[in-house]
Amino acid sequence: MATQNAPGGTGKAGTTRNFKVWRGDESGGDLTDYQVQVNEGEVVLDVIHRLQATEAPDLACRWNCKAGKCGSCSMEINGMPRLGCMTRMSTFDENETVTITPLRTFPIIRDLVTDVSFNYEKARETPAFAPPEELKPGEYRMQQVDVERSQEFRKCIECFLCQNTCHVVRDHEENKESFSGPRYFIRAAELDMHPLDAKTDRKEYAQASQGLGYCNITKCCTEVCPEHIKITDNAIIPMKERVVDRRYDPVVWLGSKIFRRGKQNEAAQAQTPRDPDELGSVHSHAGASHEPEAEVGAERGVHWARQVPHPTAPPLDSRGRLAISEFTFDKAAAPSPFGDDVTFPLPAEGLNYSHPDQPRDKD
Amino acid sequence: MTTRIERHHYDVVVIGAGGAGLRAAIEARLAGKRTAIISKSLFGKAHTVMAEGGAAAAMGNVNSRDNWQVHFRDTMRGGKFLNNFRMAELHAKESPQRIWELETYGALFDRTKDGKISQRNFGGHEYPRLAHVGDRTGLELIRTLQQKIVSLQQEDKKTHGDYEARIRVFAETTITELLLDGDKVAGAFGYYRESGEFVLFEAPAVVLATGGVGRSYKVTSNSWEYTGDGHALALRAGATLINMEFLQFHPTGMVWPPSVKGILVTESVRGDGGVLKNSEGKRFMFNYVPDVFRKQYAETEEEADRWYTDPDNNRRPPELLPRDEVARAINAEVKAGRGTPAGGVYLDIASRLPAEEVRRRLPSMYHQFKELADVDITAEPMEVGPTCHYVMGGVEVDPDSGAAHGHVQGLFAAGEVSGGMHGSNRLGGNSLSDLLVFGKRAGEHASAYAEGLTARPKVAAADVEAAVDRALAPLERDGGENPYTLQQDLQAVMGDLVGIIRRKGELEESLVKLADLRDRVTRVAAAGGRRYNPGWHLALDLRNMLVVSECTARAALEREESRGGHTREDFPTMAPQWRTVNLVCSLDGDKVRLEHKPLPKIRAELIQLFDRAELAKYLTDEELADFDALTGDAHAEEAAK
Repeated sequence: MATQNAPGGTGKAGTTRNFKVWRGDESGGDLTDYQVQVNEGEVVLDVIHRLQATEAPDLACRWNCKAGKCGSCSMEINGMPRLGCMTRMSTFDENETVTITPLRTFPIIRDLVTDVSFNYEKARETPAFAPPEELKPGEYRMQQVDVERSQEFRKCIECFLCQNTCHVVRDHEENKESFSGPRYFIRAAELDMHPLDAKTDRKEYAQASQGLGYCNITKCCTEVCPEHIKITDNAIIPMKERVVDRRYDPVVWLGSKIFRRGKQNEAAQAQTPRDPDELGSVHSHAGASHEPEAEVGAERGVHWARQVPHPTAPPLDSRGRLAISEFTFDKAAAPSPFGDDVTFPLPAEGLNYSHPDQPRDKD
Repeated sequence: MTTRIERHHYDVVVIGAGGAGLRAAIEARLAGKRTAIISKSLFGKAHTVMAEGGAAAAMGNVNSRDNWQVHFRDTMRGGKFLNNFRMAELHAKESPQRIWELETYGALFDRTKDGKISQRNFGGHEYPRLAHVGDRTGLELIRTLQQKIVSLQQEDKKTHGDYEARIRVFAETTITELLLDGDKVAGAFGYYRESGEFVLFEAPAVVLATGGVGRSYKVTSNSWEYTGDGHALALRAGATLINMEFLQFHPTGMVWPPSVKGILVTESVRGDGGVLKNSEGKRFMFNYVPDVFRKQYAETEEEADRWYTDPDNNRRPPELLPRDEVARAINAEVKAGRGTPAGGVYLDIASRLPAEEVRRRLPSMYHQFKELADVDITAEPMEVGPTCHYVMGGVEVDPDSGAAHGHVQGLFAAGEVSGGMHGSNRLGGNSLSDLLVFGKRAGEHASAYAEGLTARPKVAAADVEAAVDRALAPLERDGGENPYTLQQDLQAVMGDLVGIIRRKGELEESLVKLADLRDRVTRVAAAGGRRYNPGWHLALDLRNMLVVSECTARAALEREESRGGHTREDFPTMAPQWRTVNLVCSLDGDKVRLEHKPLPKIRAELIQLFDRAELAKYLTDEELADFDALTGDAHAEEAAK
């Protein structure tokens, strides 16, 4: 193999492109301009590597497989949460400035590296697979059709882009304690749908302890998932529906009153919405905003601090079932999680990154 | 600069958080030992996720004629009989149990119609044997082990009130030195990547599970972590490495476009009907079936194509030859001027299966190339060529316990960093099961060793100070060598001179260049500070990459034959007398010493699993005479009854 990954390895000349990369640490930082040679067929991570090998040897960036399989190189590219190794340079205009910032939802460590320990803490809190006691290793029998539903969620590469995007915790540090996030909702759903899992209260647990009620199905997580897992449709909605089923079935309700009173009260308390006025209202990123400060931010470019979603019980119809919001929405399909008024790529001049703990208008 | 060093006490420290490391840690924790897992990356990101094909285990779910003897035979054949027979035997016997165990941890493998774990065909395996989950089996394995560790931590939280009471993961932490007390392991020293702060683990038993060495090559499927850390740590602690000349070049890595260069195209593309063609459109593998395999492989395209639907009555297509044969064939086609513009050949599944079927059978393959490179594998052929993929060589270990040979105690190794199991060439699918079988064993025996010690070895303060100085040196130098340039130069030396096809003159040249590089690495300098500084991290890794590369180059020069993952253009055939020899590397001061060591003799009942005709291709005349005496005795015994 004579060819190699040196610049211009295949004989095709590269072009020089403009990049802005956020450099700094928890004490602050800013976008730094770079001009980098980009060759045909390269991805954003190739460009970061070229920067490291040339003018920025200490540029911090996580990566491992460079093949979209490990979920290490999560970053925000022109404001869009993405994997660096899965973002082809050919998707940008030649004259376009590409702006690369760290994941916003997690505390900054340095440059593009953030402290994602939040996710590992939530992983620990999610009850593990409970093996069926009566089966020995080698005796498990399951049909392909039954394992496939859980297998979809096990495709997750733990890039945490869904966690980063979810507006419940993005810019809302205060929600992190009681909210596990989409990654751990699909973990709960995966175990719930596992044909042999011996634990039977996965949905109740998701509602009572993982903060499933905070989610109001804006599908942000599904939009950014590099594995195309249908997080909302296939995991969160079914989990919510079943929780609703159980809570509103009068016989189950009576039974749980009689036999599991304490537990039921606990779950009910956890589900009590913080602000009763919000009950039944549908949060949306689209259209007029909810706080003037957020609107001003949006004018300037990207601004994620939109309305804080309160933990709400989902709106129910007369039968106690979930309404399908898509049927009643004024547009076909789900609203864009970034707001229907936002198109990508965002204008580069409006982009910046500021750490949530930093004062906002430092620049 | 003041130096703060965080100290931790553990019974067993596992370095590496891939499949082998996690499995070892689980076993150590189950044995009641306080266990630390050191991961160079985040927890769950290990290179194991890259394994696509599956985990080989003779469960016999798809073909009931499969059993451990057949698996053993395939493994020995694949390794060209250079394998440590005892490791191959343990691996074949124990892998089904290790796979079934994963289901109790929550793994969800693809199923057969009767609800058992499905098994697929793979190069070199006689029967469908690879437990799989689509083409993301490695991810399933790592996630399952990760979640099992979390579940053990949840148990500990219940009993001790703390998740980390008995097993703790140190993510993004790199070990730079093992510390000894005499010839006993006393601890490990390293740094947190995140903060650059130092950390000292005091522990009587260390399990190395650091994976391979591929980052020393320029076309590789390996991630940045694969810098041979465990190999180098073992050498410096007084252990030995074997079989370092054997590197596996995966035959089908993508060569175009550059965003996917080096990324593997799983062998199951060929198992499911994909064929290799040169630039003339000819299906060339039929010209490259070696004599030893002639009997098992189809001679015509018609027979080969019938095999996919009727494997019992037809021989296998030659696209499913072991990896090194396929790699060599591709190399020969490219050299003969029949390659693609980017220097590979075509792998065509598009014209063989309907698009829908390709997407169903190879979903992440399809998805990966569509997204990464805008290549639609259901519509056009892929451009593929050999890529550095796996190192067969590694720490010489006791087959049953994984304890390192040489003059060090308390050091264990499992997975890719250990040597012997795969001989001169690894079969696809055998690495995932290797991780589980020998990971478990290493964890178990490291625990038993720690248990049996009467006094804990002590870390010497002077050793820690020396380790600190060495680690800080690149940051304190001004205007030294750039670590990235050094790595590129090393990759060029290894790729060009110690690559897939080797020659005496080039190997000698490589040793001269490596000596020069070694000199330059002592002057490496890293700009910036200690916090998450990749330039500094690479500067520290270079020392390991160099010493391991030198072992490979020396062993490759010494072994004057071609076998498995070692091809010498000047010695193109396999030589039976070389089969009886392992090349063993050790450190003498900072010089690599190379010695010959005879292979252990294969036990009678195991060697009798093979035909005499097959053995005649591998064994020396004396060994064959021994075999004849053995079978003669057996016949005589039968006659006597």
